Amino acid sequence: MPTVELTRHLYAFFPHLREAGPIHVAGSTVAEVVAALEALAPGFSFYVCDERGRLRPHVNIFIEDERIADRVTLTDRVAPQARLFILQALSGG
Amino acid sequence: MDKRILIGTRKGTFVAEKGAAGWRPRLAGHAGVGSNFVARDPWTGTLWALLGHGHWGAKLSRSRDGGVTWEDAPQIAYPVDARYIDGTVSGENAGSEGAQKRPSFKPATLLKLWCIAFGPQGRIYVGTIPGGLFVSADGGETFALNRPLWNHESRGGDLFAGEGTGTTEWFGTPASESGEFAPGIHSIVVDPRDPDRILVAVSTAGVLETTDGGRSWCGRNAGMRNDYLPNPEAQWGHDPHAIEICSASPDHVWQQNHSGVFYSADGARHWNLVSCREQGVHFGFPVAVSPQHGKTAWLVPGRSDDQRMAIDGGLFVARTEDGGATWTQLRRGLPQENAYDVVYRHALANDGDTLVFASTTGNLYVSEDGGETWQTAANNLPPVYSVRFG
Repeated sequence: MPTVELTRHLYAFFPHLREAGPIHVAGSTVAEVVAALEALAPGFSFYVCDERGRLRPHVNIFIEDERIADRVTLTDRVAPQARLFILQALSGG
Repeated sequence: MDKRILIGTRKGTFVAEKGAAGWRPRLAGHAGVGSNFVARDPWTGTLWALLGHGHWGAKLSRSRDGGVTWEDAPQIAYPVDARYIDGTVSGENAGSEGAQKRPSFKPATLLKLWCIAFGPQGRIYVGTIPGGLFVSADGGETFALNRPLWNHESRGGDLFAGEGTGTTEWFGTPASESGEFAPGIHSIVVDPRDPDRILVAVSTAGVLETTDGGRSWCGRNAGMRNDYLPNPEAQWGHDPHAIEICSASPDHVWQQNHSGVFYSADGARHWNLVSCREQGVHFGFPVAVSPQHGKTAWLVPGRSDDQRMAIDGGLFVARTEDGGATWTQLRRGLPQENAYDVVYRHALANDGDTLVFASTTGNLYVSEDGGETWQTAANNLPPVYSVRFG
């Protein structure tokens, strides 16, 4: 299963995700991974996506070293052993 | 319970209580997070904070233990098919005579939670940018978009069902400090005599009223004047900065507007301009109204819309006790040199003769004698968005 790492900010809102150690969730697309995280931590997806499921403007998701391409429907493929990072986008300053 | 002041700031929620040394604020939650508006539901005692996380979006937070601990509340979200007109685009033959213009539609997503109000029997109202009023009938467990207001003809009609009228009178402007370019609801007042009667104020459209619990709405802008449109008496396009009513006499409604101070003695059916430029009373953001006397109100005036700061470096509160016929400047205890405080629309409140206001420069001022004298309760808060007693 893919491994997910979160920015420290998100762990602050969902501390039990850190307490459980590395997060392993099922999912072959970014959308499925986010849905799996929502199941682990209700409310999580509305932190990283808006009500239409689009990635929020100041949030980035990387699969390994690559930023995801589809920020609207989150269809990027996630390999079974991939590491996925959910981060706040640097907005300058 | 002792009187407390709930304070929303750019960097968290604060609570001020009165001790031996006077009023003193302390951080009560949401450290580092924008807290747009904090208020207490008088029926349940629950505290509500309307947060703007920046990266993570707008979130509703609540405390059921008086502000000791906070939790995410069930969140407000726009229906996925909600949209609004955000301008017009030219069709074919753009630029030529007879060119067709058609509206451009924007999907609605929650940009900002801006104000909250409470009614009996679990009713909670939240005003948002981009202009949706969300209503809970179960104490905040669930919220739904009020569709009659969202679909109001002034906004282009029912865009869930089709293309609507194709035009909107709700102008999208930078309606708030963080620059969300869309209309927003920043004031909600529930008539204590009849909770089915509610006034809302929209930047930038004007004031609307329902008398049937939100099933229908009508504009309440008669008598308003603006100084920035070709037609100063246009029905829509007004820029109320805040409205308040007198709780004992709710037909007395006050409005600090971009284009002056307005007062209505007939429940917002007709407004009268009551600015007094000689006393500096014209531009500003907040207004507070006496709970007992509908002709008594307080403002914190600023210097014109092109400066938006305290007038001549001296801070004062303006009070009227005769429906705006005359105004008094109240300066005792407030800084009179090098003061450039800006007081936002939700950052003035009163509870009887106790008044509080706070500024974007982090100053918090309290008066316990109707504004005659003021004490400084803090100088180094983050920029303050709101103060409310609760």
